[in-house]
Amino acid sequence: MNWDRINEKLSILADAAKYDVSCSSSGSKRTNKGKNLGDSSGVGICHSYTEDGRCVSLLKILLTNYCIYDCLYCVSRKSNDIKRAAFKVDEVVDLTLNFYRRNYIEGLFLSSGIFKNPDFTMERLVLVAKKLRLEHKYNGYIHLKTIPGASDELMYEAGLYADRLSVNIELPTKSGLKLLAPDKDHKTMLAPMETIQKGIQIYKEEKKIIKSSPKFTPAGQSSQMIIGATNESDFDIVKTSTFLYKKYSLKRVYYSGYVPVLSDNKLPALHTPVPMVRENRLYQTDWLFRFYQFKPQEIVNHNYPNLDLEIDPKLSWALRNLEQFPIDINTADYHMILRIPGVGVRSAQKIVAARKYAFLNYEQLKKMGIALNRAKYFIICKNYYPSQDFEQNRLRNEILRFGKSKYSSHFSNQLSLF
Amino acid sequence: MIYLIYDNTFEGFLTAVYDVYELKLEKVAIRKSNLEIPQLFGETIDVVTDKNKAKRVADKLILILGKQSFQSLLKVLLSELETIEDSILNFIRYTIKTNNNVFNDFGHPAVLKIQQTLKKLSRERHRMNAFVRFKLANDGLYYAFIEPDFDVLPLISSHFKSRYADQKWLIYDLKRNKGIFYDLNNVEVVKLEENTKRGAREGLDINLNTSEIEFQKLWKCYFKSTNIASRKNIKLHLQHIPKRYWKYLIEKN
Ligand code: SF4
Repeated sequence: MNWDRINEKLSILADAAKYDVSCSSSGSKRTNKGKNLGDSSGVGICHSYTEDGRCVSLLKILLTNYCIYDCLYCVSRKSNDIKRAAFKVDEVVDLTLNFYRRNYIEGLFLSSGIFKNPDFTMERLVLVAKKLRLEHKYNGYIHLKTIPGASDELMYEAGLYADRLSVNIELPTKSGLKLLAPDKDHKTMLAPMETIQKGIQIYKEEKKIIKSSPKFTPAGQSSQMIIGATNESDFDIVKTSTFLYKKYSLKRVYYSGYVPVLSDNKLPALHTPVPMVRENRLYQTDWLFRFYQFKPQEIVNHNYPNLDLEIDPKLSWALRNLEQFPIDINTADYHMILRIPGVGVRSAQKIVAARKYAFLNYEQLKKMGIALNRAKYFIICKNYYPSQDFEQNRLRNEILRFGKSKYSSHFSNQLSLF
Repeated sequence: MIYLIYDNTFEGFLTAVYDVYELKLEKVAIRKSNLEIPQLFGETIDVVTDKNKAKRVADKLILILGKQSFQSLLKVLLSELETIEDSILNFIRYTIKTNNNVFNDFGHPAVLKIQQTLKKLSRERHRMNAFVRFKLANDGLYYAFIEPDFDVLPLISSHFKSRYADQKWLIYDLKRNKGIFYDLNNVEVVKLEENTKRGAREGLDINLNTSEIEFQKLWKCYFKSTNIASRKNIKLHLQHIPKRYWKYLIEKN
């Protein structure tokens, strides 16, 4: 192997792929039967963390950053004057296997710029996955990002070897897409999602009859949109992701805060900071829908089209709905316990389990690790009742004053705490 | 205070619990044999590990707690915390007294302590599943050194066995001087001789496969390139990978 050349390619093609934020490697059911390499049946593992605090779970690279399209928000667009490189299929296979065997990664996340045409590109992505599975009996994780405009047959074949497929919707609104990605259109972006969804349904049906029918994207499909590149509202964003979750049964919709890569009057100026706080708030919102039984319109709607950047969306909801509080820790049902600011899913489960033995008091909740600095305004428990009645804005200020550090500088794109 | 000294095995511990009940000991502490016991403060009794006694305690606890909770309870011993046996004994006393599966009674201090320790153990297990970095030696062995906070080898063994079923590997805990070795069929516990421990470590590193250094370089290159500089957040970075783990992480050296 020409190591220096591979090194150079890797640095270019990892750099170009890093704006795709998905790093999930969970949800597959590929077990290692017999004595082969790899197993993806458990939860995904973050093997390392970059200095920006993001999880490194997969070898995330582009096959090539040559591209015939010219999407304005993308570093790889045709008109951008950058170094180009392309991996050979076997090089990607080799890298994946060698990284995997050393326990560096959970698997591969492969995407690509479009060279020649969509099918030609997609074929090569599929070939990488096929070789890993069939020639090397590899059971590690594979995520392929599908190429817009590739044929249904190729999408289907990809589903046979990949654990997850993603189709990036790119921008939250149709008008945004038209403005920034002139070569793409909304309809052709959605079509592959439908193809994949059908494939998954067919597989599920077949599996009921024949246990051993070949797997089809066992970890489902996901999508991503860039936020902050056009002037969409959070309500727009949530509408789009809700649509995607519902219509195509997506496993995840990722948000990628726009990183300015080009100066153009259609785009935010070059030194605009990456909207990391907003991105984090959107993920928290996503969490509220998926794990906290909130409905989208409870969080954003015509009256509240944008998320509060200073406080998290759950707290924000609670402040707007103070009449629902205080909630009695010892008697309220799980659904309501989940809605208390400062109580996460794990804490809610603990509360519901522990109160079966005896009613809980304030001290016990504290020892159990409940974030009482926030929860204390919203709960009743044994021998405890919140001291004063607060009005929405006063309470908001009070919480902000005492939780300063919590809300100021420190944000993670996958922060799960409330 | 009476100190019951046991041989650091699960069975030894369960025997000690049996003795506590048999001898109706009230002011009692169970301690590992490798700990120094302050002679002034009490009497010490060496526990003679007894399979039958251990089994009777186990059966009783399984009856009340179920098998899974019972196993989790024993797992807590792997934390090696100095007085963890006392916490487990408290938990067992509470269980026997109430004759109830109290495993989720988070409001009770003994239960909370067990649950918190389990959580710490599980975090360390996750970290080792993540942070082990194999190097490839000339003879085809993939080997890694670790120094985990707790004795997690028994907890990670099956994960590595099912994942790397077609390669020989060795994960060696330098802190406890023992390792797990997979020979393509079984995983066994191995021990390098004390005086060759260092030698073995260096020896292995000399016999690296020729491509090994190249793949390490590629991995470092990848790690650097996948970072987004404009999102830099060192505080979060350190929270995820505390410095004490850096020693064996190729990308951090
Ligand atoms: S098609 Fe993809 S790689 Fe090409 S310019 Fe658009 S976003 Fe970038």
